[in-house]
Amino acid sequence: MSTGGLVRWAAVAIAGAIALGLPWLAAAVGDPALVPLGARILVAAIAAASLNLLVGQGGLVSFGHAAFFGVGGYVVAILYEQTASGERLFGLLPGAGDLLLTIPAAILFGGLTAAAIGALALRTRGVQFIMITLAFAQMLFFVMVSLKAYGGEDGLLVRRRNTLGGHDMRDDDAIYFLCLACFSAHLFLTARVVGSRFGRVLEGVRQNERRLAAIGIATYRYKLTAFIIAGMGAGLAGALSANLTRFVSPDMLHWTKSGELLIMVILGGTGALAGPLVGAAAFIGLETLFSGWTEHWQPLLGAVILGIVLASRRGLGGWLPRGKATS
Amino acid sequence: MTSRREFLSGSATAMGLAMWPDTVVAQATPVKIGFITTLSGPGGYIGEDIRDAFRLAVEQGQGRLGGVPVEVIVEDDGLKPAQAKTVVERMLKRNGVKLFSGIVFSNILAAVVPDVLDAGGFYVSPNAAPSTFAGRNCHKNFFAIAWQNDTLHETAGLAANELGYKRAAILAPNYQAGKDALTGFRRTFKGEIAAEIYTRLDQTDFASELAQIRAARPDMVFQFHPGGLGIAFIRQYAQAGLAQTVPMVVPESSLDSTILAAVGDAALGITATTHWNADFPGEANRAFVAAFQAKYNRLATVFASQSFETALAIGAALRAVDGDLSQADAFRAAMLKADFPAIRGAFSFGPNQHPVQDWWVIKVEKGADGKPVLVTRQKIATGYGDSYAATCRL
Amino acid sequence: MILFFEQTLNGLQLGVMLFLLAAGLTLVFGIMGIINLAHGSLYMIGAMASAVIAMRTGSFGLGLLAGLGAAGLGGMAIELGVLRQLYARPHLDQVGATFGLILLVDGLATMIVGRQPLFVAAPQALSGAVTLWPGLDYPVYRLVVIGVGLLVAVLLYLIVHQTRLGMLIRAGATHRETVRALGVDIRLVYTLVFGLGALLAGLAGVIAGPLVAVQVGMGEQILIGTFVVVVIGGTGSIRGAFLGAMLVGLVDTLTRAFAPGLLKQVLPASEADALAGGLSSIAVYLLMAMVLLVRPEGLLPAQGQTQ
Repeated sequence: MSTGGLVRWAAVAIAGAIALGLPWLAAAVGDPALVPLGARILVAAIAAASLNLLVGQGGLVSFGHAAFFGVGGYVVAILYEQTASGERLFGLLPGAGDLLLTIPAAILFGGLTAAAIGALALRTRGVQFIMITLAFAQMLFFVMVSLKAYGGEDGLLVRRRNTLGGHDMRDDDAIYFLCLACFSAHLFLTARVVGSRFGRVLEGVRQNERRLAAIGIATYRYKLTAFIIAGMGAGLAGALSANLTRFVSPDMLHWTKSGELLIMVILGGTGALAGPLVGAAAFIGLETLFSGWTEHWQPLLGAVILGIVLASRRGLGGWLPRGKATS
Repeated sequence: MTSRREFLSGSATAMGLAMWPDTVVAQATPVKIGFITTLSGPGGYIGEDIRDAFRLAVEQGQGRLGGVPVEVIVEDDGLKPAQAKTVVERMLKRNGVKLFSGIVFSNILAAVVPDVLDAGGFYVSPNAAPSTFAGRNCHKNFFAIAWQNDTLHETAGLAANELGYKRAAILAPNYQAGKDALTGFRRTFKGEIAAEIYTRLDQTDFASELAQIRAARPDMVFQFHPGGLGIAFIRQYAQAGLAQTVPMVVPESSLDSTILAAVGDAALGITATTHWNADFPGEANRAFVAAFQAKYNRLATVFASQSFETALAIGAALRAVDGDLSQADAFRAAMLKADFPAIRGAFSFGPNQHPVQDWWVIKVEKGADGKPVLVTRQKIATGYGDSYAATCRL
Repeated sequence: MILFFEQTLNGLQLGVMLFLLAAGLTLVFGIMGIINLAHGSLYMIGAMASAVIAMRTGSFGLGLLAGLGAAGLGGMAIELGVLRQLYARPHLDQVGATFGLILLVDGLATMIVGRQPLFVAAPQALSGAVTLWPGLDYPVYRLVVIGVGLLVAVLLYLIVHQTRLGMLIRAGATHRETVRALGVDIRLVYTLVFGLGALLAGLAGVIAGPLVAVQVGMGEQILIGTFVVVVIGGTGSIRGAFLGAMLVGLVDTLTRAFAPGLLKQVLPASEADALAGGLSSIAVYLLMAMVLLVRPEGLLPAQGQTQ
């Protein structure tokens, strides 16, 4: 094993140990708020990683990824609302309050929404693609704002977290470990996708789409599939977020949220698999730090983002040991 | 740049220790007040007013409210519910805060206050009070100092009746608070609705709606557009020449003194309803308006007045339990007495712990210096509660 | 009928405002291949600078100059300080950097100008209304806005098609490398074009000052609509931006004006209101989706443009 390999394994081992031990670490330093903070970072990392599949692998800069994140969240909240009230969606679908049901439902709806938006948006490329994904997400945002039945601008409360196979998830540690498990599973699956033939075609789309078309590969289908997979990942993250904060609102779909996800991808660097986690931790960490520090935290955050983007071509991930996927 | 976490106790605490040796134990640590408010984005000026007025009250008490040292922890919610939730969680878990205040917008409040209440904390609202916590789901630890949201619009309806208007065109943005506003106005307005128009939250141009208003030939317009939307609407309304022909009635939150300063003469002649105005008589009010002006160099808005009173109300209750929030029942009982010098005049809590108070008609007129001012005209309702109180059981 | 005419005029006026904003953005897209999210910040800078100066001096004219100057200079500073380093970088980095720039500029504006919305008065000569038709009084200011917008459109057309700078702009949009190979200082062209775009955004800000709330965050409000215009029109094309802006202005205004009434003829009033409200929020996006379905490059893309 090379030195680089050793360093990488050591980094992964340390990160894993911190992640697994966070609840005890938080108790040891006497700051229980670290656990939900960690969970938030993991959820954001899932959303950013799903976006990174499009951006880093396929070169498809989607500026509307928050739409699928929001859809995932709303699926959880609406299903919860229905268990609470006993109503059925469209008179058919009953409610659900267990993660074994709500998470697959959120993933499904995230994927379906992505299929609809992607089918149209992927007819364009470059700047147009950025703009059209942005516009579709804004469209969904305004739909949610004006939908009185689902809280409109005020959003929906999820008074109690979903159960997991009947187990209560009220405990912060429990939901944290759930997020960690979902993050790990998502990371694993993403790595598999990236390493597959499908992943290599996507990579080819980024590098030279015309050449792929010339050798007879219908890139549109690959891009759409990637878009749907990414939407499913964001749906998962949205479902977890709804459980974590026990609340959803149109705010989840706003274009600034899409922008934040892109920033996380950029900060982490598009190359490394662990990039989105680094980016999410950096973004949320800085935001938390600065906002506790000064009321003018936004310009500070803006300046730091600007500086990192200008200074490093690979984001913070440029200093990370790089994974196989990027070689 | 001001530090966000304000330790306003400082030397005042040390002095207190020397002067009241028998209360040393209770006053050793100041009572923490979690103050979540909106400081960034277009709504930021309201949050700034609410924060500054609260700060003024604490400073006037030399770091104390009701004689009890307090530490006000201010954080920006950025008008994002999720961010506000994180802030509250941190305050609850890390700082051990039990008493919260400061939220500007209803959607933020609806998102975070359940967390506060579930954790056994208190929330005293200086502004927003949606129907969520006023009716069946009222809560013993939730107090609203300003109003219940609907009363803003109901009293505008009363004012329209009083002024003899028969045909109204009503407008609001197409979202929950907008729809609630129009419903509230309809509830009390006795005339006919000539046009009901929904605008958008991201709209900057109202020419289309203004043409619709003119075509509907109403004898008045009621509109609810918070913050910047309201500024744009009032400016364009005057420019379209409608200000001279169709009088406008608005709830007070659509025409505070900041909005008035921004629109200037375009606001002349507009009628609003309010529970407080800067020209209210009474020594306490005059002192507050002068102190706010002296410290911040701008006119106190209605938001500032509410926040100042929120601080006073909290102070009165803190005094009763000597700063010990673990005596929850005693704190609650003391809050309910509303034993503070309200600068708006008569104030008491209804059964749902929302205000019962008088409402007034105010009008924009040219002041002595040529600049438009809000002038109090007549009382429109006395001891007015809200329509949800009946369904609240506490 | 008069109402329809008036609403059409309103739509044109909104379209003209959108055109002023979109023109700069589309030039920058087309020529430099840069996506600049901070375009709205330039609009805000223009509006704020003019409001502050007009308030201090009492002169709308001085305010206008200040607004144009601040936005133009601000734009060139942003180009020199930030964007210049991003030309060769992927769109992703441009999005990231200019997103950071929005936060930074908004924050600086809060610190310098404050959170209170600013007072702006329309010039005295332009207040009031004129009777265009018996029964149709139209605000003078809005007529002037339409006039200014059309004038700018003509001027821009002349610049792009009749001047040396315009030739370089057109050549730069389609054959960037060739222009550079011919020894033209393309960097200077870029700075000038960006400054021009910023100037137009600033002009839009100054004009909008008396109509909207001049405060932090106003730039983000108009940003998405501007992007929609650029995408519908086709990036890089002034004519496209003009067509797109007019379409968006008209569709937006006419949906808001007539959708509730039309829907009420077939639906109960409350449902019609709800549906019309929803429809008016998304009409523009639907328009964009339809255009892109038929013409993925937009209606009038700059010719020969490649991604």
